[in-house]
Amino acid sequence: MAQILSPLPGTFYRKAAPDKPPFKAEGDRVAIGETIGLIEVMKSFIEVQADAAGKIVKFVIDNEEPVMAGQPLVEVE
Amino acid sequence: MGFSRLLIANRGEIAVRIQRAARELGLTTIQVHSAADTDSLAVRMADKAVNIGPPHAAKSYLNVSAILDAAAATGAEAIHPGYGFLSENAAFADAVEAAGLVFVGPTGATIRTMGDKAAARAAAEKAGVPVVPGSPGRIADLATARAVAAEIGYPVMVKASAGGGGRGIRVVDSAEALEAAFDQAGAEAKAAFGDGGLYLEKFIARARHIEVQVLGDGRDAIHCFERECSLQRRRQKVWEEAPSLALAPQARAELCESAVALAKSVNYCGAGTLEYLYDDATGRFYFIEMNTRIQVEHPVTEMVTGIDLVREMLRIAAGAPLAYKQSDLRLTGHAIEARINAEDPANKFRPSPGTVTEYRAPGGPGTRFDTLLYQGYQISPFYDSLLGKLIVWDETRDGALARMRRALAELIVEGVATTAPLHRDLADDKAVLDGAFHTRWLEDWLSAKEKLAAS
Repeated sequence: MAQILSPLPGTFYRKAAPDKPPFKAEGDRVAIGETIGLIEVMKSFIEVQADAAGKIVKFVIDNEEPVMAGQPLVEVE
Repeated sequence: MGFSRLLIANRGEIAVRIQRAARELGLTTIQVHSAADTDSLAVRMADKAVNIGPPHAAKSYLNVSAILDAAAATGAEAIHPGYGFLSENAAFADAVEAAGLVFVGPTGATIRTMGDKAAARAAAEKAGVPVVPGSPGRIADLATARAVAAEIGYPVMVKASAGGGGRGIRVVDSAEALEAAFDQAGAEAKAAFGDGGLYLEKFIARARHIEVQVLGDGRDAIHCFERECSLQRRRQKVWEEAPSLALAPQARAELCESAVALAKSVNYCGAGTLEYLYDDATGRFYFIEMNTRIQVEHPVTEMVTGIDLVREMLRIAAGAPLAYKQSDLRLTGHAIEARINAEDPANKFRPSPGTVTEYRAPGGPGTRFDTLLYQGYQISPFYDSLLGKLIVWDETRDGALARMRRALAELIVEGVATTAPLHRDLADDKAVLDGAFHTRWLEDWLSAKEKLAAS
């Protein structure tokens, strides 16, 4: 089991826009470098890229929830 | 004054700036703030502070009913909206007035016309001010955007109708890229302004950004000369000057007079800024938009005119006529502002929230630092990255540049990355010393530097 951590503090978004589908759903496969979400920090949107590959077991942080730097966003196996 | 208790519906350095003007006028200051800003300098300085909600701006600084409740509870008689947040929200201006309070700014009706970028273009054309070719108003859907873009020709800019501060803007080089840009700009605009409306403009690649400061009291309007803000990154201003090196006296007079004509045509009341693109090659200028509020870079105008723009806004809001006639105003010397942001210029301007472990402000002759900083302050990730504005003035531009270098060397901010190193580089760069720049110059310069570092 691996975790993908938030690189920055801010607000986590799972979609590129409110009317778009999420980048990834639970059960999807993810490759290293793929975008799994966005962090809004100081009004900038920074892409969170996977630094672990495998199947997404769980999103630990919900869409539009605040996160701290280093907090797990996703669990991958 | 027509009021004695002022509520400040903003945060950061501009909230501090407004409190200073208010204090000098003998007003009591009431600072509303989010839960994330309890320890902010603005809250510490205010006579009274009210927590209006959670960190996310939508739940606090954009929460109209919470702000009006705070005003009622504290006996506020006027509200200054600052810049960003609700400052160009016509419904907010109307709601403030409906609650029997004074909105420090133009009426909701004026904001609706001039604050809406598409409607402002129409008003400018009517007042005889030249505009950049673009869509006649808001664009209903992607199909219309495609048709307009094809007609005016690529590259085009997709812009938020309710926009400002560079949010909700995309440059599109081809029809294939239009859909993605349309979605992103719309989403960004919706998030930043609560209004996803967009319009299109032809993208003029090599132009200077020159803007004119105006003041109006609803009966008369004057200009306070221009500012040049050509050094931008992602359409965010980075370095601003007054006056512009590009304008000869005749061109300055024409530009500033066009701004006054437009301000008078809408009976403008308050402080406002008309933004133009200026084409060096032809000497032509094009109106792009008006900001119906105080701007971040207002201090450079204050330095070269001696006018306190925020104090004048408050006086006008209290019902006083303009304190100045056009013939009273003189442009004296040269001023430069460097925006100090919590971003790392060595790492793609990545935002850098965190705790300020050491802080020393620059000072001395002709030097001003408008800031939210103090030692130990924890910079929040929830708001924009502006930490402060370093403004210098001297009799000549060369003198101002020397002061900028000296003041930047004095500034110490430890614990977070800042854009101060970028400004130190800029203040030594030959093109900057010559004033030979345009709105894309800084991005080109940054990517050239990046390539050099990688090779």
